[in-house]
Amino acid sequence: MDLSILIASILAASPPILFAVLGETITEKAGVINLSLDGSILLTAMIGFVVALRTNSVIAGFIAGMIVGALIASIIAFMSLTLHQPQVATGFVLTLLCRDLAYVLGNPYAHVPGPLVPYTPIPWLADLPIVGTILFDQNPIVYLSLLAIIGVWAYLFKTQLGLKLQGLGERPAAAFVRGIHVIRMRYIYTLIGGALVGMGGASFSLMVKPGWARPYGIEGTGWIALAIVIFGGWKPIRAAIGAYFFVSLQTAVNILQSLMPNVPTQLFPALPFPLMILTLLLVTMGNTEWMNRFLNLFPEKIQQLLVRTLKTLQTSPPAALGTIFKKE
Amino acid sequence: MKVELKDIYKYFGPVQANDGVMLCVESGSLHGLLGENGAGKSTLMKVLSGFLSPDKGKIFIDGIPVSFTSPVQAMALGIGMLHQDPLDFPALSVIDNFLLGEPGRFRVDRHRTRRKLVELAAQFDFKFDPDVFVSNLSIGERQQLEIVRLIWRGVSLLILDEPTTAISAQQKDKLFAALRKLTEQGKTILFVSHKLEEVKELCNRVAVLAHGKVTGECEMPCPTEKLVEMMFGQAIIVGKPSTVPLGKTVLDLSNLTLNDWRLEVQDFSLEVRSGEIIGLAGLEGSGQQLVLKACAGLIRPKAGRIRIDHQDMTGQSYRAYLKAGVTYMTAGRLEEGLVAGMTLIEHHALIEHHPSFWVNWTLAEEIAVQRIQEFNIKGHPATPVEELSGGNQQRTLLSLLPSQSRILLMEHPTRGLDLESTESIWELLLNRARKGTAILFTSSELDELLNRSHRVLVFFSGRIRVLETNQVNGVQLGESIGGKGFES
Amino acid sequence: MNHNTVRFGTSTTEWVLRCLAVLVAFVLSAMLLLVAGASPLDAFALIFSGAFGSSAKLAYVMTAWAPVLLCSAGLLVTFAAGLWNIGIEGQVVMGAVFATGVMQALQNSLPPAFVLLLAALAGFFGGALWGMFAGGLKLYGNVNEIFGGLGLNFIAGSLTVYLVLGPWKRPGIGSTSGTEPFPPSLWLPAFKGFHVSPIEVLMGLIAIVLIALVLRGTYVGLQLKAIGKNQRSAFLMGIPMSQRMLFAFALCGGLAGLAGWVLVAGTSARHNLFPLISSGYGFLAILVVLLANLSALWSVPISFFFAAIVMGSLQLALQRQLDSSLGGVIQGMLVLSILMTQGIKSRLLRQKGK
Repeated sequence: MDLSILIASILAASPPILFAVLGETITEKAGVINLSLDGSILLTAMIGFVVALRTNSVIAGFIAGMIVGALIASIIAFMSLTLHQPQVATGFVLTLLCRDLAYVLGNPYAHVPGPLVPYTPIPWLADLPIVGTILFDQNPIVYLSLLAIIGVWAYLFKTQLGLKLQGLGERPAAAFVRGIHVIRMRYIYTLIGGALVGMGGASFSLMVKPGWARPYGIEGTGWIALAIVIFGGWKPIRAAIGAYFFVSLQTAVNILQSLMPNVPTQLFPALPFPLMILTLLLVTMGNTEWMNRFLNLFPEKIQQLLVRTLKTLQTSPPAALGTIFKKE
Repeated sequence: MKVELKDIYKYFGPVQANDGVMLCVESGSLHGLLGENGAGKSTLMKVLSGFLSPDKGKIFIDGIPVSFTSPVQAMALGIGMLHQDPLDFPALSVIDNFLLGEPGRFRVDRHRTRRKLVELAAQFDFKFDPDVFVSNLSIGERQQLEIVRLIWRGVSLLILDEPTTAISAQQKDKLFAALRKLTEQGKTILFVSHKLEEVKELCNRVAVLAHGKVTGECEMPCPTEKLVEMMFGQAIIVGKPSTVPLGKTVLDLSNLTLNDWRLEVQDFSLEVRSGEIIGLAGLEGSGQQLVLKACAGLIRPKAGRIRIDHQDMTGQSYRAYLKAGVTYMTAGRLEEGLVAGMTLIEHHALIEHHPSFWVNWTLAEEIAVQRIQEFNIKGHPATPVEELSGGNQQRTLLSLLPSQSRILLMEHPTRGLDLESTESIWELLLNRARKGTAILFTSSELDELLNRSHRVLVFFSGRIRVLETNQVNGVQLGESIGGKGFES
Repeated sequence: MNHNTVRFGTSTTEWVLRCLAVLVAFVLSAMLLLVAGASPLDAFALIFSGAFGSSAKLAYVMTAWAPVLLCSAGLLVTFAAGLWNIGIEGQVVMGAVFATGVMQALQNSLPPAFVLLLAALAGFFGGALWGMFAGGLKLYGNVNEIFGGLGLNFIAGSLTVYLVLGPWKRPGIGSTSGTEPFPPSLWLPAFKGFHVSPIEVLMGLIAIVLIALVLRGTYVGLQLKAIGKNQRSAFLMGIPMSQRMLFAFALCGGLAGLAGWVLVAGTSARHNLFPLISSGYGFLAILVVLLANLSALWSVPISFFFAAIVMGSLQLALQRQLDSSLGGVIQGMLVLSILMTQGIKSRLLRQKGK
């Protein structure tokens, strides 16, 4: 199997998770948890597909997906920022609700063929060896997803606004002192994050997994996206790596499946999911007390090495994630 | 920039935090503001820096009345504040902290700003590595960064809130030199502190805040006695040591070193005997809480040993200390002591020492009723504790103490209580002491410290002086709290 | 993260608000139906008749009620301690797995009543074990219980697929329709004519009553409540935090595991183990308990009501080409509405306080 084609196919399958992960990273960077991802992705996928079908315009589908994603996020923002209800409760209820809504409203459109994102290789660049196949021989959404990674990264680390976003979730009191409207910005970023999640959902139904069905087949992906955000340490590049890693796992599983026809097919899709706990465990357990005591047992040199590897792996959330900001 | 505060009033419900404050800070001066905790200092600072709006009163800058409703607006007028725990972003780098909030720019230009940072820092003999994360800096360095940033933002009145609490002596000297230089540049400094010696060293004028008002002002140099009088009041208190007879050693601290994010208590040793009552004096955050927490088993000493009844308890769990007979009562009533949402009966049921499987509600109610009477709590057994007033919550906390402990550790046991309640509480505590309990308590009331204890420990920036109650009076104690006798 | 849910009192304004919330939820669902191209009244009527239309249908509702009751009882414990046991689905599955295992191993060697009893115990044990894993991950691995629970849900699901297609597969066929069904001797006995086993419903009701007693009348229950309201104060009072939280996870998991056993051996069951056997009952119970505002008393009728909606909305797919998830939409809207009115009420209180 040609390696560049393999990598290209991984890139082609990644935009949905990438957008969702980037969107949620932004939302959580601002200090809000949008737990409804699993449901939002389903609902936005369905709506994106239906709108694209009815208007015969893929772009309209994507816009619809983004609007719905932002709407869902606005409920979370309202419940948590204005009504001070626990974010976990709202997010959980919305996960189930959006999924059910998707099934109900999408029912008439199941197994209906619809418009797809057109394959648009970039002339001349697509012919470059290796790099061309991977990066330039794709469709607009893939290009957008790559730009999104760079865009989010640049925004966060190269602009004042992005810096302020980092400060927002880290220490809202200090952000407030520097002139940031904490509540207002949290609303805005939650909505932006939701819109990106909607983009991810629409990328499923208009590109990676065309159409709609019940069950759609991507159930559980939203939870994985949430885990990837944690694994990614709330940083766009690392989160993107996590997303690509997960998609690679799925691709690997598919290949494995074709190599092992005796093992039943249903076993495979479930495999990448349990790996999630292990990775999460790996990136959070370094902070525990028993781990520190465990490490103290090792001789100095080895201890330093272990500590350093653990430290680079460890992630800790924006310090003010999920908390309520009170001015006084 | 000359700043005047005229008749500033600020209420929090029935509490008058600021009760008609009049203050005038001349341009280019190094003005000190002295005061104890609870004097209204932090409220006044919040008003001045824009976090709070005063209920009444006006603020004038260079003779012009101004009003602002947020710290940003205050900063736009030139008023900036350095908090005790600097309001920075530990997870971000030094340069990012410096940059964040720079108005009028879209793109971040670290290269250009780096030079600016180093330049400004050099002016005051500060040194930063721009790429280090702020969480790796010491408090002193974080302060320096914040000062430099405020200067860059164009601050004219710099308020410093207890800046020297957690910094080293060298950092303090650097800070003072920087402050002096700033006044030479025409900036005005308001130095809020409780440390008498430092205020004397640095400031050219001092105002004292007590009970929500400015009780006096003084041009430096000014004798320490006068300052102490203004801070603590005229009461001539003479030390009256406790008469409870002492027994054998119950608590033995040897060469204890404790630290938290702010300060370090080093090489501290103490022997406490049964029946002994020891008062811990000193301003908040000077180390008393650390010592109490260590004696309760809540924090692990970095070095040294803790022995209770000759048993080495160093490093054991909190529950082990509980079993050994240590009782710890916190100052944070609702945050750490009581459970909001549960009633008095439920609390008494919870602390039942030998509970059966099923809760004996009738017994719990009986006990609750008893304690309500004993401790004069204004509330019913079925009242959820968050509905009680502060004073009654304090009484509830006290009523939940077990009837007998080996060692009783209390933070501000009589805070918020009137005279009568304080008397009756101390009656109860003395009873326990007579039965052999050793008591260590923190307090900010000089008379409580001097009339109830055998000995008083004064804490100042992590250093400790042991005073025999019968050898010290109120003035000396006040001075000690302010830092006298700790210079070395 | 702040997990605690604010509790309502019982004054008239609150009742009015609650009724308003319910009304809003139904109106929104009706509007949704219009968008989906169906008549709301027709759909609601269909759900109602689908649940209560005949005694057979009512029996189905009651058999769905039992696992939801059991899970709700368990969740009352974890919510009391301020924990979000999202892993409940996996705990139900593991209960079913353990129960199936015992039943398969013993079905020919012991009298059926014993087999069922042992299977129930095994189900409880399996669910409790799974619950403790989630708790352990949280307490010792610093893994948030939501993700730990989710991951364990996935693992339980994968395990089931593996068992159903592997060691426990039906002779010859081996499909995801499940394991070889158990003979009627191993089914929970039902009433004649009314296809419900008294055992499963009674179990659910007894569970709720027991849990209510434990939470309100025992020392452990009081400690859990303290942990849920203020972890710091609870710790300072000397409550053994890790022990109690693990206990909560284990107890909830155990009850969920019992629900899993009911799903295998009970009257509504297909009497075998199949993937997704938990049928979302665990998550449904979370909605029930949220809607009931953590009240044991209210969990009983609300779980019945939700079970009715689940069963009734099955008719929608059969008779009207509407997706049965409409039931889920109604349930979700109800909980969201209630959360919103709760929030509005406390917001108004806060404004007044200022």
